[in-house]
Amino acid sequence: MHDSHKFKIPIGPQHPALKEPESFSVALKGEKILGVDIRLGYNHRGIEKACEERTFLQDVYLVERVCGICSHSHSTCFVQAVEEIAGLEIPSRAKYLRTLIAELERVHSHLLWLGVAGHEIGFDTLLMYTWRDREIVMDILAQFTGNRVNYGMNTIGGVRRDIDVSQVKDALKAVDTLQERTKYYIEIATSEVTIIKRLSGVGVLSYEDALRLDAVGPTARASGVKRDVRKDDPYAAYADVSFDVITDNHSDVYGRTVVRLKELLESFKIIRQVLENLPAGPIAIKAPRKIPAGEAISRYEAPRGEDVHFVKSNGGEKPERVKIRAPTLANVQAVKHMLKDRFLADMPIVIAAIDPCFSCTDRSIEISYLDDARKKEVLTWPELHAYSIDWHRKRGIDFSSLNKKLKEGFKTS
Amino acid sequence: MFKDLFYILVFPGFAFLSLFALAAEFYDRKLYARLQNRVGPPWFQPLADFIKLCAKEDVIPEAANQNIFKVMPVFVLASVVTASFYIPLWNNTALLSFNGDVIVVLYLLTIPTLGFFVGGWYSSSLFARLGSVRTITQLFTYEVPLFMGILASALLADTWSLSELVSFYSQHGWLWLCNFVGFAVCLLALLGKLEKTPFDIPEAETEIVAGSFTEYSGRLLAFLRLSTDIEMIVGSALLAAVFLPFSFNLGPGLGFILFISKVMFIVSLLSLARTVAARLRLDQMITFCWKILTPLALLQVFINLILKAKLIR
Repeated sequence: MHDSHKFKIPIGPQHPALKEPESFSVALKGEKILGVDIRLGYNHRGIEKACEERTFLQDVYLVERVCGICSHSHSTCFVQAVEEIAGLEIPSRAKYLRTLIAELERVHSHLLWLGVAGHEIGFDTLLMYTWRDREIVMDILAQFTGNRVNYGMNTIGGVRRDIDVSQVKDALKAVDTLQERTKYYIEIATSEVTIIKRLSGVGVLSYEDALRLDAVGPTARASGVKRDVRKDDPYAAYADVSFDVITDNHSDVYGRTVVRLKELLESFKIIRQVLENLPAGPIAIKAPRKIPAGEAISRYEAPRGEDVHFVKSNGGEKPERVKIRAPTLANVQAVKHMLKDRFLADMPIVIAAIDPCFSCTDRSIEISYLDDARKKEVLTWPELHAYSIDWHRKRGIDFSSLNKKLKEGFKTS
Repeated sequence: MFKDLFYILVFPGFAFLSLFALAAEFYDRKLYARLQNRVGPPWFQPLADFIKLCAKEDVIPEAANQNIFKVMPVFVLASVVTASFYIPLWNNTALLSFNGDVIVVLYLLTIPTLGFFVGGWYSSSLFARLGSVRTITQLFTYEVPLFMGILASALLADTWSLSELVSFYSQHGWLWLCNFVGFAVCLLALLGKLEKTPFDIPEAETEIVAGSFTEYSGRLLAFLRLSTDIEMIVGSALLAAVFLPFSFNLGPGLGFILFISKVMFIVSLLSLARTVAARLRLDQMITFCWKILTPLALLQVFINLILKAKLIR
């Protein structure tokens, strides 16, 4: 194509490749990508602010809804921070149960990812197979917790549901089946020609770049960065179980696939150890309603990478500040780098390879004007409030008179 | 006059082809689903889809060239139906036949691809344009091996007429088995022509939504989809006539069943191919077609030249 023949195509906010609204504006020259503009913020729900309006216990269920896939990750991460502030030492059975659900969640998340990756490269058979097998782990999760997602397992001071011997037996059987299937997928992914053609050499992120761009989770581990919170800073029962941190030196999408598949095998190892060595005892201790003043940062290895929660308490029933850093936010910076000089056809799989979860990532909106890149606008809380009042007033809805009436009403009564 | 109209509109023309195409689409989808461990659609699903699309509103983009946008589906449909008249179904004479009709059939089967290109280009949407460019780029990669594979077979039969080609192979027993390499090459090239995985690059939904078809809706889309289905069975019938040219003397009843099963066999191979492979990238497809398929097609031509020299002696 002619050199002046550059054009931009919008991948998102609505696009078949994306499961959530997110905007990637791709500058193309023929099939080649010249640059990508990533814009987050279409799914901002104000969860952090909402947390400040609710009690600590209510917040456990709210942060669980940050993400539909790694819901247990967020609630565990939050609960750990609160327990650290309150100085609670939870019973070891609760720790084991948290680990169990966490690993089952990782299994279901990684299987889901494998299916999505298959779909992105046009291999729908892989999608159908993995999602069929994912039902096995979903059933086990439903048996343990009562829900397929948003398990509601955690509470401050422990967990809410215990498991019995027959459930353990079912789970062990399911893990055996899943392990067999996973080995089959590893064989497919490492031998099927078209898969290898589409994955290897695509979305390369070198070891140095992975460190520089702060990649986390399987994305970083596939670039040879041996970083896993479960090993580096063990929480729950991870100090008691033995497992390996999987790394790979391919540094591309193929490496990320291999890392995730091998991590599945490690997860099965952990699940077996947890189920076999489940300590007896209570599953929770009573937590105070008011959490003493203090602050804590909690780290957690979610399926997508390191999840960080910061919680600050002022001694009341409600937290003063909650800050969530979901793993996708750390990885999304690397996507731009990975897409440079690649083909448009590689775009879906490169984005999918970080296993993005955008609604977890969306935290605030920065308005940048497309015609003038330097002009930017960040609204503070009072500005946003004023903007909202103004927006409604323009449409004929005015609450100021109502407010006045209410105030007068209070005075007279 | 009435006989001609019957041929064009009913059998083996538009009505028969449409029904057969819908049946083949169902078979393809059901087989694909069963291979993927899914239940798959009920038998009337393709027909229901067609009726549903026909009942929907036609939305034509304002910036699109109205006439070209509307005419393309009809144009594509007409060309694939015409191509079917030259292909022998169950006896060794097709409805129409003259020396050189192999070329005409291949030419008529190229028109749909050009139709998708023109329709997509003039719908003036970015995704449709990217899809059109991919369609036309892909055309240059699979067309050469497809032509060479089919012409190699014609070379051995020493004729440019499909009907004569079929009679030649019917008289020469198992000679058609020598065209096996050409059959494999043409099957892969047909996958490219029908834009099916692993060569569904022009309509890769995760990249460019629906490619050339992005802006099409309603009746126009219904007829475009019907044309691609008819293209599938006409392409398969062509391959069946050229590469599986046996038992063309069974009479209308048995011969018809044999024809259907041959076409379905080729459709099954196409479904199987799209079950077990991922979508290739455009550059990978170009490399594959030029570096692997074309030399293989040349090999077939070479084999047939040697065979011909021996047969004549």
